[in-house]
Amino acid sequence: MAALMDSTGSTSGSGPSGAQRTLDLGGRSRPGETLIKTVLFTCAFVSIITTIGIVITLIVPTVEFFSEVRPLDFLVGTEWKPNDSVDPLYGVLPLVSATFLITIIALLVAVPLGLGAAMYLSEYASPRVRRRLKPTLELLAGVPSVVYGFFALSVVTPLVLQDLLSLDVGFTNALSAGLVLGVMIIPTVASLSEDAMSAVPLALRQGSFAMGANRMQTTLRVVFPAALSGIAAAIVLGLSRAVGETMIVTLAAGSLPNLSANPSEGMQAMTAYIAVTAGGENPVGSTTYNTLFVVGALLFAITLVINMISIALVRRYRQEY
Amino acid sequence: MSTPVIPDRANVAARTARETVQATGRGRDRTPGSLVFLGALWFSLFFGVMVLMLLIVSTALDGAGRFDGALLTNYFSRVRPEETGFRAGILGSMWLMLGTATLAVPIGIASALYLEEFADRHRWYNRLIELNLQNLAAVPSVVYGLLAVATMALLGFQVTGIVLGGAIALALLILPVIIITTREALRAVPSEIRFGSLALGATVWQTTWRQTLPAAVPGIATGTILGLSRAIGEAAPLLLLGVAVGVRFDPNGFLSAFTALPMQIYNMTSQPQAEFQTAAAAAIIVLLVMILGMNTLAIVIRNKFQKTW
Repeated sequence: MAALMDSTGSTSGSGPSGAQRTLDLGGRSRPGETLIKTVLFTCAFVSIITTIGIVITLIVPTVEFFSEVRPLDFLVGTEWKPNDSVDPLYGVLPLVSATFLITIIALLVAVPLGLGAAMYLSEYASPRVRRRLKPTLELLAGVPSVVYGFFALSVVTPLVLQDLLSLDVGFTNALSAGLVLGVMIIPTVASLSEDAMSAVPLALRQGSFAMGANRMQTTLRVVFPAALSGIAAAIVLGLSRAVGETMIVTLAAGSLPNLSANPSEGMQAMTAYIAVTAGGENPVGSTTYNTLFVVGALLFAITLVINMISIALVRRYRQEY
Repeated sequence: MSTPVIPDRANVAARTARETVQATGRGRDRTPGSLVFLGALWFSLFFGVMVLMLLIVSTALDGAGRFDGALLTNYFSRVRPEETGFRAGILGSMWLMLGTATLAVPIGIASALYLEEFADRHRWYNRLIELNLQNLAAVPSVVYGLLAVATMALLGFQVTGIVLGGAIALALLILPVIIITTREALRAVPSEIRFGSLALGATVWQTTWRQTLPAAVPGIATGTILGLSRAIGEAAPLLLLGVAVGVRFDPNGFLSAFTALPMQIYNMTSQPQAEFQTAAAAAIIVLLVMILGMNTLAIVIRNKFQKTW
């Protein structure tokens, strides 16, 4: 009201530029608003600090470690015996190969089942059914991994693998860990694939139906290829979850480094090594203590690359439609 | 002046034509190949659910002998495994959730408000924050454990296995989840509400605090509870912090030594005595009930309070 009075007053003659004055909405500086915005930005910046913190945490012991062990010995060495007091060996290959063998088994379970569930939810289920089924499926991702580990040890290995399928597997083995891990990441694969397939325009489906295709042909030959990059991103994200999962592989795959491609044997994955060794008493700064961070750094680097691929794939598919 | 109601013939004809001609593919769904395919889809959908049922039933049977009061009220006992209880673990997990929520919820909501309501999306640093968040969401939980160990050393704590250490690790772990779900909740609030408030002369912050945020509270609460339900089952970061297992006292603050339910479950699973296996199975059911309770609460909040505009 005051501003209005002022402007009418200035048009009557006294103000030098009164007639040209326009309403300025953004000009007034508001210190309170700026302060609040700064506080909020600081909170958002915590995520950047977290990443920087992770990198520093991992790099300092890693540099220290590589001043004692040759990087080549670490990356291509085939024996992992960090606790050997006479002749410790730091070849990380057994841990990496165990992680990847278990991950491959997990993907063999999760990719077909996850995609099947996603195809049903996206192409066949009515909206009402989908609303009920999707949260039920996502419950699988809500079960703690230590519970899955117990399940693998107490049910999958003794009852399913040894009794039901009469396979010759050890008490701890990569197969059981991989199978259970696969079940755990089904929702990750299914949920994101379903999003990708639901984003395919209806016109593509209608075109296919109009040419006389049934729903199976439409799903497999039209919707699936159209959503492929989104589906690939879902699989890659599931892969990253599997590589980083700890408790299942610690409990079910065992804690003995073992360079082997035989899934019926026990073997120690990278995360399992970190979990088991951290529980022991290792003096801070010792080479064994540093191996925790070196393996952690390798794990972080692997998941970072995988995540970047996944993000790039999602970006691509969002641009298409 | 009244116009006679004439059925729009052209329109009706067009609609009829559309309805009769539109193909759904359902007519040809009964070929053998299609039926096999549909069966495979059904199988993949229900396989996970069947595994979940098997998991719950077999664990409940394993732990059947231990669903007694002592399970909840006794402390860990190495000498009498048949009477071991999870009092310290249950209370420890509750303290841990309190600490995690205290750290993660304000920071998470503030970050989401900044990114949705204030940030200029074309600035490189805001884009960096977004990309960084997507990455953090998929960092393995053991790595957060390593980070928490280093953070505790930086803060000057000799013993890392205290509630604060666990809360730092879990808060950092679920921060991306809280931020992402809060942003989705904020995005679901229609822009018209913001424009109306701004047009009446409110500042951006007044609009956010009095209009957008209250409207998004149910969605934020749902996301936060789901994030916490993920945190309560985490054992890996606690393992790295050296959280104790045989704790025989109640934790009494954020600086108190403690143990958590998943840690005790992990430890007892690795013990040879059958009594500990039974106790672990019973404790798993307790943990699952807690998680299921949190999930149910989240779904109830979502269904009861969430508005659709």
